[in-house]
Amino acid sequence: MNKKLLILLVLVCFLFSVSVASAKMIKIGGVACLTGGAATYGASTRNGCVLAFKAVNDEGGVDIGGTKYLIHYIFEDDQGSPEAAANAFRKLIDQDEVYAILGSVMSKCTLAGAPIAQDSGVPVISPTSTAVQVTRTGDYIFRSCFLDPFQGAVVATFSYNDLKAKTAAVIFDNANDYTKGLAEAFRESFEKLGGKVVAYESFTDEDKTTDFSAQLTNIKSANPDVIFLDAYYSAAALMAKQARGLGITVPFVGADGWDSAEFPKLGGEAVEGGYFCNHYSPEDPRPIVQNFVSKYTEVYGATPDALATLAYDAALILIDSLERAGSLDRAAIRDAIAATNLECVSGVITFDEYGDPIKKAAVIKVENGKFVFQKFVQP
Amino acid sequence: MDIKSISTTGHCKKQCPVVLYTEIEKIFFKKLGKNMTKKQLSDSINNNILTYNKLTNWKKYVFISVIILFFLFLYILSFGTQAFFQQLVNGIQLGSIYALIALGYTMIYGIIRLINFAHGDLFMFGAYISCFLGNYLIAHNFSYPFIVVLIFSMVVTALLGMIIEKIAYKPLRFKPRLAALITALGVSLFLENFLALSPQNVPFPLNKIVFGPKFIPFPALIAEKTYNISGITINNIKILDVVVTIILMIALQYIVKKTMIGKAMRAVAFNKDACLMMGINIDKIISITFGIGISLAAASGTLYALTYGQLQSPYLGIWPGLKAFIAAVLGGIGSIPGAMLGSYVMGISETFATSINSNFGYGIAFVILIVVLIFKPAGLLGKFTKEKV
Repeated sequence: MNKKLLILLVLVCFLFSVSVASAKMIKIGGVACLTGGAATYGASTRNGCVLAFKAVNDEGGVDIGGTKYLIHYIFEDDQGSPEAAANAFRKLIDQDEVYAILGSVMSKCTLAGAPIAQDSGVPVISPTSTAVQVTRTGDYIFRSCFLDPFQGAVVATFSYNDLKAKTAAVIFDNANDYTKGLAEAFRESFEKLGGKVVAYESFTDEDKTTDFSAQLTNIKSANPDVIFLDAYYSAAALMAKQARGLGITVPFVGADGWDSAEFPKLGGEAVEGGYFCNHYSPEDPRPIVQNFVSKYTEVYGATPDALATLAYDAALILIDSLERAGSLDRAAIRDAIAATNLECVSGVITFDEYGDPIKKAAVIKVENGKFVFQKFVQP
Repeated sequence: MDIKSISTTGHCKKQCPVVLYTEIEKIFFKKLGKNMTKKQLSDSINNNILTYNKLTNWKKYVFISVIILFFLFLYILSFGTQAFFQQLVNGIQLGSIYALIALGYTMIYGIIRLINFAHGDLFMFGAYISCFLGNYLIAHNFSYPFIVVLIFSMVVTALLGMIIEKIAYKPLRFKPRLAALITALGVSLFLENFLALSPQNVPFPLNKIVFGPKFIPFPALIAEKTYNISGITINNIKILDVVVTIILMIALQYIVKKTMIGKAMRAVAFNKDACLMMGINIDKIISITFGIGISLAAASGTLYALTYGQLQSPYLGIWPGLKAFIAAVLGGIGSIPGAMLGSYVMGISETFATSINSNFGYGIAFVILIVVLIFKPAGLLGKFTKEKV
């Protein structure tokens, strides 16, 4: 009896698999962290990808060489650890035989998985890994976010050209590679443009430091036209408040570390009129952005953050490349990705020789406790 | 009769037969309480406990002052007078925050020889309590919210501190000191990690208690006003920090030096066994000392939150607590004036070091500590005592 049931079950499974195969599936892997300290990043990333693939599947799938393929998105959790990420990449490549991988979130995880994908010839697009080495792994590795030096250059260009600042001060966390890289890039670009960085102050670890008055007093005596508060939103809000308390009145600028709904709440009056550069702005009037924001809000009940946007863009790039490749050959898909010229939510994206995107950054102003889109800047 | 001789005659209460104990008690009460005036008694305690080191070799101090003045002169030369005074103001304000925490450290160490590592976390607790109450008061338009918040947070945190003392430290009072020290670390880790749980991740009764790991803006209990005095910018909150600190320090000095409770505290710090025979309830006195020390930490937490306007997470007490501990050791742990001096030295030197090179700020605290401990192993105002190991 049991044996018969089992045979029946196997037969049913076969039937199903045949029916699935008849719908023509293309497998795409996804890697991100759904557990661990950066769990919300991973969730946003997955949401962005799922949204893009669902939209394509609802329209009948992606058209590759005349045949419609449904996208089968296989997701693996890398727990934010490089070992788990390497395993996830190996599983997706060897077991699931995916055609491309979107991931991972953290640079260290992508760096662990990228060599495996490169050796197996599977294209990878990482939405958010900003470390420079990620795309230097090989020609199959791409990303949809810009790098920290680029952001530093954007902030410098905006300060010099739009805020007409001739002198600038920088205050940054010297225990964090992100802020350190930004500060160096800002100084380099600002001085290349003809400006002068009159104060270059640092502090150690924003978890330990809450009093910045010594550095800010130095900045005050240097009398700059603009101050680059190079830190995550909490420390930036603290610094802004203390600077205003010391009688500093010049505008503040920042990078995507400011991007948090908490920032205007924490900073209050002090951060009003500050500018920062970000990957995208939900207020960008382009239809693709508005369409994405309304769809995402409808499905997930929240305004998409930068991670969701970058993941959505990575998925868009992949879908577009699959269509242009015209075949299920991984090398052809890679070449198609490299030749991308596509309007995405975070701007028009093309890739340079390393696989890093060339695009513009959005500059956002803090106004009445809200983020207001200003303009796109390309250094 | 000197109080010192009690310790040689009397022993722990438990070892004396009750009758004998009461007899001895009677005798000493007669000798000390009746025959000596209060003034004499307090003088005799004062002479033995908490006396400053007499400045014997004044040449050393002149030498040190000359070195400090030389550095100040160099600083003024390179940064200007205005920057100097601005940084001095910044340093004094920072020192005030440290001072209130350090006072608690030093009081608790003085009385039961315990480094209460949970002190920084009680500072954090005080800051959070004042944040919640502050939000409530502002929403209901109370007048003078700052005073109410300050006193409320001091009282509530002091109660928590006394409960912790009863649960965690009292059972270990006559056990090896290391046990209490490790317990203090445990209490510290518990407070941080328990209060940092997200409310949505814990079951019902607990989710009303925990604070969660998120940033919270602190309500503006006092409208900020900035004053410019010949180029030096000071705001009213910084002035308030210093003023409240000084008031609390004076109040503390008064309690410790002039009241019966203070006298009892000093006596307990000096010799617990003798106190037992004097009819002093040590449990009560230790509890009160904890309460006072921890209420100062809570006051500091309130001032800290008001000054910086945000609460990062329940881990925010770690670094202020650690620095205040260094300040207390620097000033001579167990000595109240030492804790104040140490905190201001720390605050001011940290500010100046940061201003000279912003990478130095953190290291300098430890460098100063090491240098001071090389020359004065008991701290600036500490008294060197032999420890039985």
